[in-house]
Amino acid sequence: MLVLVGVHAVMAVVAPGLVRWLGRRALYVVALAPLATLCWALARTNDTVTESYTWVAQLGIDLDLRMATLNWLLAVLVAGIGAIVLAYSVRYFPEGQQGLGRYAAVFVAFAGAMFGLVVADNLFLLYVFWELTTVFSYLLIAQDPTRRANRWAATQALLVTTLGGLAMLAGFVILGQAAGTYRWSEIEANPPRGGHLAAAVVLILLGALSKSAIFPFSFWLPSAMAAPTPVSAYLHAAAMVKAGVFLVALLGPTLGADPPWRPLLLATGVLTMLLAGWTALRQHDLKLMLAYGTVSQLGLLTAVFGGSSRNAGLAGAAMLLAHALFKSTLFLVVGIIDVTTGTRDLRELSGLGRRQPALAAIAILAGASMAGLPPFMGFVGKEAAFDAFLHGHRTGDLAVLAGLVIGSTLTVAYTLRFLWGAFADKEGKTTTAPPIAPDWLVWPGILAVAGLAVGAAAKPLGGSLDRYADLFPAEGAAYHLAVWHGFTGPLGLSVLVLVAGGALFYYRHRLPRLGLPFDGSAVYQRVMNGLDRLAVELTGATQRGSLPFYLGVILLALVAGLGGILIGPAPWPDDARAWDTSLQVVVAVGIVVAAVAAVRALRRLTAMVLVGLSGYGVAVLFILHGAPDLALTQFLVETATIVMVVLVLRRLPAKFSERTIRTSRLGRIALGIAVGVVAAGMTFVAVGAREATPVSAIFPELAVSFGGGDNVVNVVLVDIRAWDTMGEISVLVVAATGVASLIFRRTEALQRRRGVPGPAGGPPGWLGAGPSGQSIILQVVTRLIFHAIVLFSVFLLFSGHNAPGGGFAGGLVAGLALTVRYLAGGQAELTAAAPIDAGMVLGAGLIVSVGTGVLAMLAGGQVLQTAIVDKHLPVLGDLHLVTSIFFDIGVYLVVVGLMLDILRSLGAEIDRQEVAAG
Amino acid sequence: MSPNLTYVVVVGVLFAAGVILLLERTLTRVLMGVVLLANGVNVLILAGGRYGGPPIVGTTPDDEMSDPLPQAMILTAIVITLGLTAFLLALAYRSWRLVGQDEVQDDIEDRRIIELAERDEGPEVEDVDDEGTS
Repeated sequence: MLVLVGVHAVMAVVAPGLVRWLGRRALYVVALAPLATLCWALARTNDTVTESYTWVAQLGIDLDLRMATLNWLLAVLVAGIGAIVLAYSVRYFPEGQQGLGRYAAVFVAFAGAMFGLVVADNLFLLYVFWELTTVFSYLLIAQDPTRRANRWAATQALLVTTLGGLAMLAGFVILGQAAGTYRWSEIEANPPRGGHLAAAVVLILLGALSKSAIFPFSFWLPSAMAAPTPVSAYLHAAAMVKAGVFLVALLGPTLGADPPWRPLLLATGVLTMLLAGWTALRQHDLKLMLAYGTVSQLGLLTAVFGGSSRNAGLAGAAMLLAHALFKSTLFLVVGIIDVTTGTRDLRELSGLGRRQPALAAIAILAGASMAGLPPFMGFVGKEAAFDAFLHGHRTGDLAVLAGLVIGSTLTVAYTLRFLWGAFADKEGKTTTAPPIAPDWLVWPGILAVAGLAVGAAAKPLGGSLDRYADLFPAEGAAYHLAVWHGFTGPLGLSVLVLVAGGALFYYRHRLPRLGLPFDGSAVYQRVMNGLDRLAVELTGATQRGSLPFYLGVILLALVAGLGGILIGPAPWPDDARAWDTSLQVVVAVGIVVAAVAAVRALRRLTAMVLVGLSGYGVAVLFILHGAPDLALTQFLVETATIVMVVLVLRRLPAKFSERTIRTSRLGRIALGIAVGVVAAGMTFVAVGAREATPVSAIFPELAVSFGGGDNVVNVVLVDIRAWDTMGEISVLVVAATGVASLIFRRTEALQRRRGVPGPAGGPPGWLGAGPSGQSIILQVVTRLIFHAIVLFSVFLLFSGHNAPGGGFAGGLVAGLALTVRYLAGGQAELTAAAPIDAGMVLGAGLIVSVGTGVLAMLAGGQVLQTAIVDKHLPVLGDLHLVTSIFFDIGVYLVVVGLMLDILRSLGAEIDRQEVAAG
Repeated sequence: MSPNLTYVVVVGVLFAAGVILLLERTLTRVLMGVVLLANGVNVLILAGGRYGGPPIVGTTPDDEMSDPLPQAMILTAIVITLGLTAFLLALAYRSWRLVGQDEVQDDIEDRRIIELAERDEGPEVEDVDDEGTS
């Protein structure tokens, strides 16, 4: 079964290509996917097929599939009608129709999702397919997205059914937790009982009722008629709206005995049937009439399945089959009328019956089934339904029966109105229509004949459906499907319905206009408007549009939250040290002075130099603390930062712009000091609160035995916490990409990220002069020392495992070497030094690092696990190779790439833009 | 562990200076604020680890080493700050190229929504219906 779902998925992927290649005929090919499903299902009549694949075992989500009788019935309908409607679509759309490829893809994807839904045995899997059908339905309703009505209807259908779907999911979770399993066949075998179950039932029914357009959710279905008619025939008559009914039918035998189940379904079902049936009588648009008829019939199905007895279940299954056949036929007929005559308005159509006798015959066959004439399937199902409630043993059965009889009378009346409206002669009008191609007409023909055939074969079919009905608790005499039961009560009711329906049609002009007590559509509109208003108010209140405002709010929350804890329950330590070595105080004074002066500085460059000074101060603190790696990196980063900032600042005005008003400045200073005080307090308390032995206590030993290195910090980076480093270099790649995309303004300009060769006029010699205006001496000197610096950076990289250094420090040194080349000779020198795309270096680094991790995994270890190789090589001596060095090489490359990218964008490209701007 | 007051003071000053600059509207000032804040955070993390000799096996006895874990975290943070600085610089430059200054302006769209909220109106949906054939 999973394979069949996969076939649909594959077909959906290739469908657009097929349509481009074969034109609209490709739909025949696409129809093969549901056709294969149909053949597969028909070959397994009366079997129960199960499949199971593990998916997310921890959450109880597995790919459990099961096809019992009810699933089989739905699968046959979904696949069979899906294939026929696809074949019908070939003629429905004109050749070269815009978006036909998309239509074919989404349609077949929907068929696959629908098939998955009806054979899913896991509640979560069912939910996934359920929502997939919702999404595909959205796409199909908005098949022509340029029309506002389509977009609106699609959104409405999406929102209403998704809301129900979410409620259903919550219901599933309650049900599954109570049962201890999410596999439906297990829940069915061992149903849970308990107080929460009523809530689960109500939530699940919310999903089912909204999907099947039952009152009060019925409004979305008529709007969804904005879809192309084949879509309406399939989704909104035969398949998707049946999902809700299917769910009711599936869960009914098990949950039907729970209190809210029966009354809720009977009441909403009968009410929907009557309201929609009445509304259908008043429609002038044939398609809308069918849509309201569908809502009415869905109400009937819901009520019948809601009866929750064996005979009602059997009647429901029979009606389900009958409705799918006759309603899709009628929709397809309306589609043909619409395309050939250009109208669906019954006041415009006249004389079509004489001109298109074949079409009229098909419609009459389907209409006879809808009205419940023997020996059609519609008659068989309706008889069974009447019998189930006539001989029922529960309270309210007779009231439901009365509702069904009145509803069926309405059905007969609007059926007659439909046939009359579409085909009868009307005074003073004639509709012209071209002849209909037989390969178009054949598809509704097949469906109409099928409705007659299954009715005639009601007995053997009933034998199959009995297996579903017997899941309900037995009660009274078992009913069996047949066209002729003798002169019984239900037969009398059927005759009554036909006569009354005919009379109602005859007196149709004298019917009073009855409105719905309230319109679900209006409620939907009001809720949507309310949501929009709420969103505006909420956004207006919180999104003030000012960055300092947002930051201020966040920081105030920090001060209030952490400050409150500091004043209140924080464990203040008893003792403190003034310093570890008195040198720290000297450095600290320097940092403090530089930081305060940076805040007060008015010139950009002064401020940046002061910030850099405080950064160097922090590097000295690192040395004093016993962190040489940090100090090395901090020195290098501060230097790189200053260079970078200077590169940009040379283009910006020397002074900061005028400060704003004094009060806001005082507010900023107050907030800053408050944050500073809270941060200091937090440091004091947090450090004092440390009591346990740090996890890093065993790191030195681990570093040597597992990491194969003496420099503990480096081993932590490339081995013990290598995942952190992996995340970090990814951030660096993203940052570098962001810088490049901000500076290079067009995609084509990104080519310059590779570097631009020097100016024309012959390549400069190795120690030759650069372009005029730059210091030759400086260029020559940097060229001489460049290789030494790069060599040093490689030394840092390789020695980093056992001494201060490593990929970060090495990469930064190499980056600074490039920086020096750039500063001395501009972009030509930079390109000469590194004639390579910065993006390539970044990507290569990331690949090397990730590849190291993956290789370790492929070799059978954990991701990023380190292997240590010790070998004695002749001449060279002992080789001690630790595989994490490759990870560090990746880090090195990423850092070099970042620096190169910065030089190319913030340096060379800004130069170029300034030159271009004059 | 007893806290080192020198670190506490340095953290406080760096945070205060960083926040004051961060709340400015000039992007270059914001950038410097971020750098100062980052340094402050690094010192904060450093303060949480033990003081001692370089954590390199063989040069320092295990029980006299400074705590290596906070150092690894800080090292990561330093390099990320470099990437962030570059990005902010690019933003500042881009802003200057586009509007002639590197100040953060208020978001015009947000302003419009605030005005809508004050007039008690819903969002104006610009839903153009380019009526196609159907």
